[in-house]
Amino acid sequence: MLTFDAVNMRYPEVGDVLRNVSFHLEKSEIAFLTGHSGAGKSTLFRLIAMMEDKKKSTLRGQITFNNHNLSKVKSRQIPFIRREMGLIFQDYKLLNDRTVFDNVALPLIIMGYSYNEISRRVRAALDKVGLRGKEKKFPLTLSGGEQQRIGIARAIVNQPKLILADEPTGNLDPELSAEIMRLFEQFKQAGTTVLIVTHDISLVSKLNHRILKLDHGQLVGDVG
Amino acid sequence: MNHESKYTPKYKNNNRIIEAKKNTKQTSLVGGDFSDKLRAYRDLHAHALFSSLGRLVASRLNAVLTIIVLSISISLACGFYLLVENVQQLTSDLESSNQISLFLRDDVSLASATKLANGIKLDSSVQTVKVITKEQALKEFEDFSGFGDAVRALEKNPLPIVLQVIPKNSLEEGQNIETLVENFKQAGEVDFAQLDMQWVKRLQLMIDVAQMSVVLLGGLLSLAVLFITGNTIRLELYTRKDEIIIAKLVGATNSFVQRPFLYSGFWIGFFSGVSAWFIVTIMMLILKQPVEKLSMLYNSGFHLLFMGFFETVALIFVSAGLGISGSWVVVQLQLKQLNVR
Repeated sequence: MLTFDAVNMRYPEVGDVLRNVSFHLEKSEIAFLTGHSGAGKSTLFRLIAMMEDKKKSTLRGQITFNNHNLSKVKSRQIPFIRREMGLIFQDYKLLNDRTVFDNVALPLIIMGYSYNEISRRVRAALDKVGLRGKEKKFPLTLSGGEQQRIGIARAIVNQPKLILADEPTGNLDPELSAEIMRLFEQFKQAGTTVLIVTHDISLVSKLNHRILKLDHGQLVGDVG
Repeated sequence: MNHESKYTPKYKNNNRIIEAKKNTKQTSLVGGDFSDKLRAYRDLHAHALFSSLGRLVASRLNAVLTIIVLSISISLACGFYLLVENVQQLTSDLESSNQISLFLRDDVSLASATKLANGIKLDSSVQTVKVITKEQALKEFEDFSGFGDAVRALEKNPLPIVLQVIPKNSLEEGQNIETLVENFKQAGEVDFAQLDMQWVKRLQLMIDVAQMSVVLLGGLLSLAVLFITGNTIRLELYTRKDEIIIAKLVGATNSFVQRPFLYSGFWIGFFSGVSAWFIVTIMMLILKQPVEKLSMLYNSGFHLLFMGFFETVALIFVSAGLGISGSWVVVQLQLKQLNVR
């Protein structure tokens, strides 16, 4: 589903941020990506999400996602590849002037689904993350955990092949974190690959999943 | 744990939902009923059209100010255009006139004038000759000049007999006509020969200059419309920057992102065009009465021309088009600057 093959990434002014990183995630696999801050976790996330500006860095090696070669992708293909991913952000990236329903519906609106289809899928996704009945609320009236779950609902509403989450439990207390982790396990069971970027070692160690550890841009551990 | 029991039943249901959703995806996307897609596409455009209108209404002051500035610019161009059109209408019946007026000496009698006219008529390059008697000339002058009373106060009719000579159309070229005029001047009865075409030509050239100015002014004001719309859209883009980034991160194409802004540009241009039409029409209505009074004094059949149907449609189309173009240019530039791929 997702393969990094000898990926090297260099910013001219900083130097190498990823060195010879190789790993492979199967379908329905769940993995954590950990490491201290500055180890290259965010860069890796941004590479998969195609958020890196190619002109500002040099990339070597190959990144493959669902038969797309992400290292050679053209700008106009990016939207369509992103539709096969569900991105979850630490800062949620919600539209605060839109209702919960509209936020979750966004990927489906973009893809041109009919209103009935959108309505059905959004309700199903909200149901799944435990936000049923909050469709008409605005994100800022909800708690941090609930806002994070809006972001998760938006990421899964489209049935992505890969869920890519950046510190999804960063702002949550341990109980809520555990709850969200259980959600991810549910997605895995439904056939989705999940990659969670986190520095929350206590959370990671409690769960029995594969752990990729980055240190100064190098993959130093791949366990589980 | 407490919340576990709370959520577990839902998860069970949700696995079923995932299966169900997979099936619907196949019918709606891969199987792809074309009319379904078309409907969704139409909904998407309708939504962008009306939500952009909604935002325009919501950002009241900003939008109203822009539209006022634009409609004044557009009405300036339109007003100048109408002015030239009206002046041109005034001279349109003169356009074909290349008549030669021969003013005869005061002592020439009507009989010898008619004799001279018949002689000229024989010239192969002359189409018609008309004799205007002193009385006719006076009547005409009274009617058209508005100085009737002053003329009647005179003891003696000061106007000469005039022969109106219209050359044949084949004689269009100035050189030939001028030779003809020179020939007429040789006749002893002719005091003064005037080629009307010359001043008609001068007037026509003046109108040409005015028309070219309309084109230049129109171009300049169109540019202004383009830039003002662009700037307004740039502000809107800036305030909705986060939204654009988020939409792109969940798979929006550039055309999806730019669509609402193009519609905003359309509405701004459209409303500016409509209000410019109202401005021009109101100004013409105000001018209508004085102009028609003046025209009555000259006993002329002149009527003020307003914006016609075709001109109105063109005005609104061009304004809306300029709005769309202005926002398109800005959106292209800004999307590049935002640096979200």
